[in-house]
Amino acid sequence: MVMVDVRNVRKVYRRDTQEVPVLDGLSIAIDEGDFVGLMGPSGSGKTTLLNLIGGIDRPTSGELTVAGQALGPLGGRALAKWRSRTIGYIFQLYNLIPVLTAEQNVELPLMLVRMSGKERRDRARHALGIVGLADRVKHFPRQLSGGQEQRVAIARAIVSDPRVLLADEPTGDLDRKSGDEILELLARLNREHQKTIVMVTHDSHAAERAHRVVHLDKGVLSA
Amino acid sequence: MAIPLTYNVRNVLQRPVSTLTTAIGIGLTVAILIGALALAAGFRASLVSTGSPNNAMVLRKGADSEISSGISRAAAEILRSHPSVALGADGRPLASAEVVLVANKPRLGQTGSSNLTVRGVDPTAIPVRGKVSIIEGAMFTPGTDEVIVGRRVAARFANCAIGDRIRLQQRDFKVVGHFASGGSAFESEIWGDAAVLGPALDREGFQTVVYRMKDPSRFEAIKRELEADPRLQVQVQREQAFYAEQSRAFTGLITGIGAFITGIMAVGAVFGAMNTMFATVGTRRREIATLLVLGYSPWSIMTSFVIESVFLAMIGGAIGCLLALPINGITTSTTNFQSFSEMAFAFSVTPAVLLAGFLFSVVLGLVGGFLPALRAARQPISASLRAA
Repeated sequence: MVMVDVRNVRKVYRRDTQEVPVLDGLSIAIDEGDFVGLMGPSGSGKTTLLNLIGGIDRPTSGELTVAGQALGPLGGRALAKWRSRTIGYIFQLYNLIPVLTAEQNVELPLMLVRMSGKERRDRARHALGIVGLADRVKHFPRQLSGGQEQRVAIARAIVSDPRVLLADEPTGDLDRKSGDEILELLARLNREHQKTIVMVTHDSHAAERAHRVVHLDKGVLSA
Repeated sequence: MAIPLTYNVRNVLQRPVSTLTTAIGIGLTVAILIGALALAAGFRASLVSTGSPNNAMVLRKGADSEISSGISRAAAEILRSHPSVALGADGRPLASAEVVLVANKPRLGQTGSSNLTVRGVDPTAIPVRGKVSIIEGAMFTPGTDEVIVGRRVAARFANCAIGDRIRLQQRDFKVVGHFASGGSAFESEIWGDAAVLGPALDREGFQTVVYRMKDPSRFEAIKRELEADPRLQVQVQREQAFYAEQSRAFTGLITGIGAFITGIMAVGAVFGAMNTMFATVGTRRREIATLLVLGYSPWSIMTSFVIESVFLAMIGGAIGCLLALPINGITTSTTNFQSFSEMAFAFSVTPAVLLAGFLFSVVLGLVGGFLPALRAARQPISASLRAA
């Protein structure tokens, strides 16, 4: 089954009166359970493609279908709701909320679903257990290492059991050892939990973990 | 779909300097408002407590104050003997025909002078008024040139100590006692025997007749009967209603001035809160974008930041309440526009006044937080995710 279907997508940004094309008629299909690495030079459109797949941004033209849902017809509120159920997002700089504990950060996506506080805490702790941080639930982000912060961010991404994980340079801010641990964790989520993963990376070592690597250059697939 | 309150509370508390700066600005505004309201409340309470709902107050028809009223001796006698008047233990009517005038007297320890009310009363005035009690010295002796002085007059005017002689027009009167009346306006007056004060001060008749009603529930019927009597030409009010009405003009003025000053300060406080919240939104763009990515709606983001602004303002409100509390009970004085004489009263910081000040801080938070919250909710996600 195709999990991500991108068809003839264009994305043009407007700077003052100038139009800047970022994606130019790009098409790509990603199967369920696949682990795809997106590589390419800066400005090639990798993050833009990731944001379009995640429903964070909208294409100028073209069609996107993710997990069987065509994104074009969805309004802002419906898109946000769909995103909260379907997409787990992992950022390069972790993007944890500094004033919330690891557990509270992981609970954030579950606040959007009708659920008891106890169930929410149990699920958050389970997700933190999966990423190996069961003993750090009450720690604030400032009390964690970069690698641990990224693990909390991954726990937050998987806590609502989304079908697709989108990772934007997930090891870009980590040392090699921590980066490898994060990549191993992503590979395990793909292997054992059947998550479809699309990962943007500059690092060919990181890209080796993907089942396949797609290169972008100037808004089109280059190989 | 609500972002947890912990998020807002901790964010406010983790930036103590900007929080405190903004909160103090709001606190000062709230304190000014509470001060004005406490002043008005104190004045109103003082006048309202002056009157009793069981007493009827009779003035000349059309008079809007005691000093503009006039009741003849004949009318006063008719009123004293009216069947609606309660009788005292000695069988005498509990009715006081009173002479009221304004005297200008030097202030104690100051060069200036102020008006104060001099009231010639019937000896039954104390049981009629109920709350009046001699706290020092003795009651004046009827038929003599003795007077008693309200405790607030004694504290603020010269020649009002017991044993002093005070000149009223061309005659000296001897101060023999000080009295209290539960903080009411009577404490800003000098009382003597109306039978002596009237002639001494060139008063033919009386200004007012106050009497205890035998059956206060019959007030409306009594009022209709007395006001319809062609021999009297009077208007009748409950004493408490009369004094409440007297407080209206001043409390309106104080509240108006207070609102004006508070309004000007509120503009500054709102801009302060707005500035803080805009800075907060600016530094948390990536956080906000992350929440939007997680699926929170722009409405949730907006609500969350408005709540944060209100929480910040509530800290200011609490500071304002604490700043204003010490003024409670402080005595001040002003000219009562109705009697043209000075009236002393205490600031009254009541729970209702504190609540009004605190709710005002909430309004400041709502107004100051709205635009920054709107900006937070409207920011583009993808651009904000790249924010430093």
